[in-house]
Amino acid sequence: MKLFTAESARGRGESAGKPSWSQTLIELTRRGPVHVLLIFLAIVWLTPSLGILTTSFRAPADIATSGWWTVFDELGRLSLTNYEDVIADSESAPPGIAQNFLNTIIITVPSTFLPIFLAALAAYGFAWMQFPFRNTLYLLIIGLLIIPLQTTWVPVLRIYNIFDLAGTWPGIWLAHTAYGSSFAVFLLYNFFADLPGEVFDSARVDGASELVIFFRIVLPLSKPALASLAIFQFVWVWNDLLNALIFLQDSNMMPLSAGIRELLGQYGSQWNLLAAGAFISMIVPLTIFFSLQRYFVRGVTAGAVKG
Amino acid sequence: MVGKHSKWLPLLFVGPVLCILVIFLVYPTIHTVLLSFTKGTMLNPGREFVGLANFERLLTADKTFLRLNRWPPSGVLPTTALWVLVFPSLTVGIGMLIAILSDRVRYEATIKSIIFLPMVISSTAASVIFVFVYSPDLTKGVLNAAMTSVFPQSEPITWLGRKELANVAIILAATWTSAGLPTVVLSAAYKGLPREILEAARVDGGNAWQVFWRVSLPMLLRPLTFVTIMLTINALKMVDLILVMTEGGPRGATRVIGFTVWLEIFGNNRVGYGSAVAVILFILVLPAIIYQIRQIRQDLR
Repeated sequence: MKLFTAESARGRGESAGKPSWSQTLIELTRRGPVHVLLIFLAIVWLTPSLGILTTSFRAPADIATSGWWTVFDELGRLSLTNYEDVIADSESAPPGIAQNFLNTIIITVPSTFLPIFLAALAAYGFAWMQFPFRNTLYLLIIGLLIIPLQTTWVPVLRIYNIFDLAGTWPGIWLAHTAYGSSFAVFLLYNFFADLPGEVFDSARVDGASELVIFFRIVLPLSKPALASLAIFQFVWVWNDLLNALIFLQDSNMMPLSAGIRELLGQYGSQWNLLAAGAFISMIVPLTIFFSLQRYFVRGVTAGAVKG
Repeated sequence: MVGKHSKWLPLLFVGPVLCILVIFLVYPTIHTVLLSFTKGTMLNPGREFVGLANFERLLTADKTFLRLNRWPPSGVLPTTALWVLVFPSLTVGIGMLIAILSDRVRYEATIKSIIFLPMVISSTAASVIFVFVYSPDLTKGVLNAAMTSVFPQSEPITWLGRKELANVAIILAATWTSAGLPTVVLSAAYKGLPREILEAARVDGGNAWQVFWRVSLPMLLRPLTFVTIMLTINALKMVDLILVMTEGGPRGATRVIGFTVWLEIFGNNRVGYGSAVAVILFILVLPAIIYQIRQIRQDLR
């Protein structure tokens, strides 16, 4: 992302093309309020994150005595010490941020691929196969898209206690698979339904089975949709707090989101550790966002615009 | 054309997802409805059948859930109503503003990224960020620091500690995390509008304002409805921001219905009572579920 102030200055200069000064002036006064409003909103939206990011590099003594917006007076004292401290500290909020980070990866990777694989199978079935109650079943899945998970907690926990799934990794993987798959079916169905059916037909003439068509034709053709979905589901699971608290229960298995909450509860005032911890929990989603932004946004808009 | 295949093959494709959805969503929802007529704890749910007693108590006797005999009404339901009225309209309003105003500036992609950014971080991180923003300590909270520098007489405000301000404070944090959704959805829809129609309206002498209200807005109705519904449901289901920022306080002021289910089941270990709250939440979401199914059924035809 480029600095918006620099770009906006360029934008204003060029928006009038090469015409005379007076025209430039008229254009500026007419569009001026639009730029002011947009830049104001951009500053408002950036300030909260900027505060925590700046604080994560400041010395605890500076944090205690002055606001993060005075950081320019102390540039020489900024350091990564807070990050070292919060990573080394596994006493205050067990099991520590490093273990939380590892747990988050253990939770997130299977919880991303499992629902997408199962949903892709189902979406192909709904889009290209003929069977009784096909539309009814698909509409049932659509209905489950926005069901509040609150209505499922107690009965699912009962099942988990019976089968000893509470506090296990497969338990959290299954929960995320279930909660993520209806959206995945919906998104992939829309994409699969638009694939060229003639390609499947000629493959069938050549003797390909439905499974071969699915693995060799549908999945490779759907890489953009699968990528959008994978990124969306990955970030969703990475950021999850509630399912981890409900189904993992054991503090040694907790992900970053729960670890940060623990830090906030114990150290409501130790902002050096809190800021560094919060930023550590954001690094992976932010990296994904900046490198794969187009896919991510597509995942969000796909359902809505097409829907 | 649809291929010829064995009668049982489709089951291999759609079976796994249907199974897992029935086990994790369909059956539990039915079970929760049954639990709402009972009294029990997490270790012993459904211990005693009490009929409609939970609902009766929630709607008539529980002052923390609904208190109508004093103005303004207070409790979980009025707080939820405040959220449902303010949060979606504010968030959609900002999203619409940015989608349309940024359409013709050079830094469009940049400003949309900035608004979208908070959507990718966790609610926990967002909560930490806003606890910091709202801090009454003038060396921490940027909001109070800015206010006291503009109005030197004013005292710093404990935004999250005052009953009448805490909801507004959390709603603003929720707006910060969510405005990316309406921004990208409405922006994509706006760019999809037929340019000729907008041009024609302008040529016919409509000013920007008239063209927006009479021409653009009616054509954006469907994506607008979609994001409004999604954000309304998010307000109803809200747990994590509230759990991390205030745990429902001060004095129960920020208990929205979705959070209350959490509180009753896991905080107070009242599983039957919490299930009754969950059923009320489900009933509130039901119209949206029906609307969604109808829309998609139309598209299938």
